[in-house]
Amino acid sequence: MERQAAYLRNALFDQGYLDEQFLQLEDLQDETNPHFVEEVVKLFYTDSVRLIQSIELTLKNTPRDFEKLDKIMHQFKGSSTSIGAKKVKKECTQFQEYCNVGNVEGCIREFQEVKQEHAALKRKLEHYFQLAREAR
Amino acid sequence: MVVEGIRGDAENFPVGMRVLAVDDDPTCLKLLETLLRKCHYNVTTTNQARVALKMIREKKDRFDLVISDVHMPDMDGFKLLELVGLEMDLPVIMLSANSDPKLVMKGVTHGACDYLVKPIRIEELRNIWQHVIRRKKVDSKNQNRSSNQTKAHPASGEGHGSPLAGNTDQNGKFNRKRKEDDDETEDNDNEYEDNGTQKKPRVVWTIELHRKFVQAVNQLGIEKAVPKRILDMMNVEGLTRENKYRLYLKRISTVATQQANMAAALGVKDSGFMHMGSLDGFGDFRTFSGTRLGNVALSSYPGVMLGRLNSPGNVNMRNLTPSSLVQPTLAQNLSSSINSLGKMNLVLPTSNQTPSLFQGIQPSLEMDQLQHNKGTANFTSINNSRIFRTGSAGAALGSSNSLFNSPMSNPLLLHGNTQQPLSGGRFGNQSAPFTSESFNNGVSDPTNENWQNRVDASKIHPNTLLSAEPFHSQLPLNGLRDNNSSNGTYLQNNPIDLSSGLALPPFEDSREMQCQVGPMGDVQNMAQSWSEQRQGSGIVNQKMDMYTGGRSSSGGSALVQQNGKLVTESIPRSNEDFLFEQPKLPSGLAPQGYDSLDELVNAMIKREQDENGEFAFENYSFGAGM
Repeated sequence: MERQAAYLRNALFDQGYLDEQFLQLEDLQDETNPHFVEEVVKLFYTDSVRLIQSIELTLKNTPRDFEKLDKIMHQFKGSSTSIGAKKVKKECTQFQEYCNVGNVEGCIREFQEVKQEHAALKRKLEHYFQLAREAR
Repeated sequence: MVVEGIRGDAENFPVGMRVLAVDDDPTCLKLLETLLRKCHYNVTTTNQARVALKMIREKKDRFDLVISDVHMPDMDGFKLLELVGLEMDLPVIMLSANSDPKLVMKGVTHGACDYLVKPIRIEELRNIWQHVIRRKKVDSKNQNRSSNQTKAHPASGEGHGSPLAGNTDQNGKFNRKRKEDDDETEDNDNEYEDNGTQKKPRVVWTIELHRKFVQAVNQLGIEKAVPKRILDMMNVEGLTRENKYRLYLKRISTVATQQANMAAALGVKDSGFMHMGSLDGFGDFRTFSGTRLGNVALSSYPGVMLGRLNSPGNVNMRNLTPSSLVQPTLAQNLSSSINSLGKMNLVLPTSNQTPSLFQGIQPSLEMDQLQHNKGTANFTSINNSRIFRTGSAGAALGSSNSLFNSPMSNPLLLHGNTQQPLSGGRFGNQSAPFTSESFNNGVSDPTNENWQNRVDASKIHPNTLLSAEPFHSQLPLNGLRDNNSSNGTYLQNNPIDLSSGLALPPFEDSREMQCQVGPMGDVQNMAQSWSEQRQGSGIVNQKMDMYTGGRSSSGGSALVQQNGKLVTESIPRSNEDFLFEQPKLPSGLAPQGYDSLDELVNAMIKREQDENGEFAFENYSFGAGM
């Protein structure tokens, strides 16, 4: 179990889903804060749902309010960065670039990517946490 | 002492340092909280800026440091930064996922002591305590300098934060001031400190200081240095509030210029023109850069200063380069006034409410003052006091309407110290407890009915000016303006209005700030500087010009010319009427052949008395013009 958890964790790093920031989170986890990483990740996913919904709505309104989209995405990106969600962050940056040039199709397309990565990471992390818990 | 204490605790210091973390993103906030706890800091968190502000205000020294995100829904991080810096002088660190240099620069200019980019590493947080220590050191140093004056409050970081340098200077200056005016300096100190923490106390002090200042000035005679010092002191305070002031200054700049002009004019007039001194002070202020300076400068000019203060013109104040204006006697006054103003300015910034203050003060002040405008003699004295007032008047005006009632000041108000007029509105905001008084004297002049009409007209314009923050800086100016015109209305409009209100109607384009006839040369400088500030005060300046012209054939003309310039700019047309009045004065005064502005002012005052509305108005215009 432990090995499996460790293996999965390493895979996440190797595959670029997570970056050093995640290590920072792990560093902060200790006896006084035994479930810190999981808590923060949970917090992120709960909060990010709100942001994703907000972007969806804004994308539907025409004419597209790029400034607002950029602002929301900036926030979303900030959160993602905090937990070390590397791929998600990359897609967010891409989305912001489309916003800057006012590329609507690009934005819509890219947003799908963002959601995909966001969901994929969630699955993997949940799996990982489960393994880690069982391993304890 | 404090420093030592800090050093002594240095090893242990970071531990338990009380940090307030503000971030609307829950993920980031939780992460930040944990990171800070890991550094053994005492952490409090909130995801709303307003709540954060409330917590900070509740207990002044509840926190040692604030860390805040830049992008927040309920309040812009920079705004929070400004408020915290101004009011509490706490070190603030900005956080953002955005590393855009422009934002970083913005953070720096708004007073942030550091800017961190997310994601934050714990190493970065381990070092933030240095900001707290540094600030404390500076504060304590400043305090030591001012020794007598500032009480140790490094911890609370009262208003010394940014202008560290300034503070120390001020402190030093302050001390010097002390020599000149023991009382005053002390007061200044008190004010200074108080300013940092509370607006109200400052205002009060300013008035008292003002009085003291006047006394001191009278006793000491002319000392240019003093005003500078005072200004420095005031500047320092202003500096911290720089950001805030800047906003105000912008608005008030016009007014300030007017005031400056007025101040110049006033300064010229007589020693009482502390304004002049203030001009110098302004010069000093300028260095401070904050808009504050402008304000401060204004204060120094009893009339002129006001202008400066209000507007971003504070910066303009620089232009005024009181150096020239600085009338020795005035200098003193100015310095004191400046100090007071400085304080007031300080106060003002914090109290964005100034506009309201002004209004309140002004009306009362004006009325009272105007009525009082008794003899010119008072004027000078009042000027001095007004000078303070103007600075403080801004604030004071609002708050201390009562001040005005003091009959003595009336003459001052008229003087041209225009400061008062400025303050009417402006000061009120700031702290001008002083100003209100002075203003009242001049401003409240009911006799200035003529003016009032005009002022009203002008006021309308200025309102926009004053109403806003610019009011702060402008206060002095506004005060001045208002004073003349029925002030009541005028003041309210805005200190800024002064410029507009005063409508110093381009009465004299040449007005350019030079109003001050006295040191005509100076005046010119002043005028020029004013002109810059004039925006609002433009009108005032005009008056000044007028006066100067009227008074001293030689001097006056200079002024007049200058004023004209100033005035033209800022003054809203409505003031045109006013302008007319102004010319009147000069004519009246002219025969007198006043050489200095002071004389003019005095003359004006007298005239006022004679003319009732006119004179009062005119005096006012000076200030306003400035």
